[in-house]
Amino acid sequence: MAKGILGTKVGMTQIFNEEGKLVPVTVVSCDPNIVLQKKTMENDGYEAIQLGFKTKRVKLANKPELGHLAKANSAPKRYLREVRGHELYNFEVGQEISVNIFNEGETVDVTGTSKGKGFQGSIKRHNQHTGPMAHGSHYHRGPGSMGSIDPNHVRKGKLLPGHMGVDTVTIQNLEIVKVDTERNILLISGSVPGPRKGLVFVRHGIKAESIEALNPADYVVAVEEPVVEETVVVETEAQEAQE
Amino acid sequence: MSQQLLKDLTMEYQKPEVPQFRAGDTVKVSVKIKEGNRERIQGFEGLVIQRQGGGISETFTVRKVSYGIGIERTFPIHSPLVEKVDVLRRGKVRRAKLFYIRGLSAKQSRIKERR
Repeated sequence: MAKGILGTKVGMTQIFNEEGKLVPVTVVSCDPNIVLQKKTMENDGYEAIQLGFKTKRVKLANKPELGHLAKANSAPKRYLREVRGHELYNFEVGQEISVNIFNEGETVDVTGTSKGKGFQGSIKRHNQHTGPMAHGSHYHRGPGSMGSIDPNHVRKGKLLPGHMGVDTVTIQNLEIVKVDTERNILLISGSVPGPRKGLVFVRHGIKAESIEALNPADYVVAVEEPVVEETVVVETEAQEAQE
Repeated sequence: MSQQLLKDLTMEYQKPEVPQFRAGDTVKVSVKIKEGNRERIQGFEGLVIQRQGGGISETFTVRKVSYGIGIERTFPIHSPLVEKVDVLRRGKVRRAKLFYIRGLSAKQSRIKERR
């Protein structure tokens, strides 16, 4: 599938683009996600990495959870999600994924849980039309006919009133307007499902051009200097031996 | 806290100094216009009939009468396309939104100067 990162919706605002036009943007705050597990073909039958987001108190985690997180040397995380696909598969357990995996202008899909609307009629819930409000119609906002009398029951799939909202909703083809690595923030053009503080999952657009696998070295903040020094020492030793 | 973050974010796009003017003032807005690679500045002179919104999304509306037809343009106050706003005349009005001006004749729509 694609590279992705977990974040929370902060709210919406507007910013000026290069042309000087105001663009509506949603601010998504993505503190670095940590890779908790790598699912492999041999073990699990598919390839994916598991991301952890938002630290929670140790008291809130149970023992199996703590054991799982200990492998990645991580604090307990509130949200765990899997990202399939080759793009992020080079990342190892314990490494952090931050907003810099995205570029400005990139197309992304954003998944969130929509705001709850409660019990709603079929007009709001299914975008049905209203009946005439006047001229003695006596039929204003009803769900319409229940169907033919012949089957002696209501056909499956008949659109009726019921609970609306709190669904998993994905909005495709949104553009990343800005990546703020200092504040760990993504600015995404347009709106994103869910309330403020809600969990959102930002992924590379499924309809966008596919991308190469990312090299973790370019994105991980942790410095691996000791490794470099060792290689230098080995080289000098080899030179000395030649001399 | 999140509202503070939004404020900080948009602060980068806002102008440090915004000219002081309000509804009833006559202003000249210098608007940047891009024509291919060239850029030129066009003036739009008229009466400010409203200032609306806050923060980065604050806008103001300027009304002028051109060849007998009323024209209103709304500009974001922090827009980089708005080069500058010159206040030509300060008007004395008792309302924040001067929509009533639209229905008046030229003679009736005169506004006294504010001292």
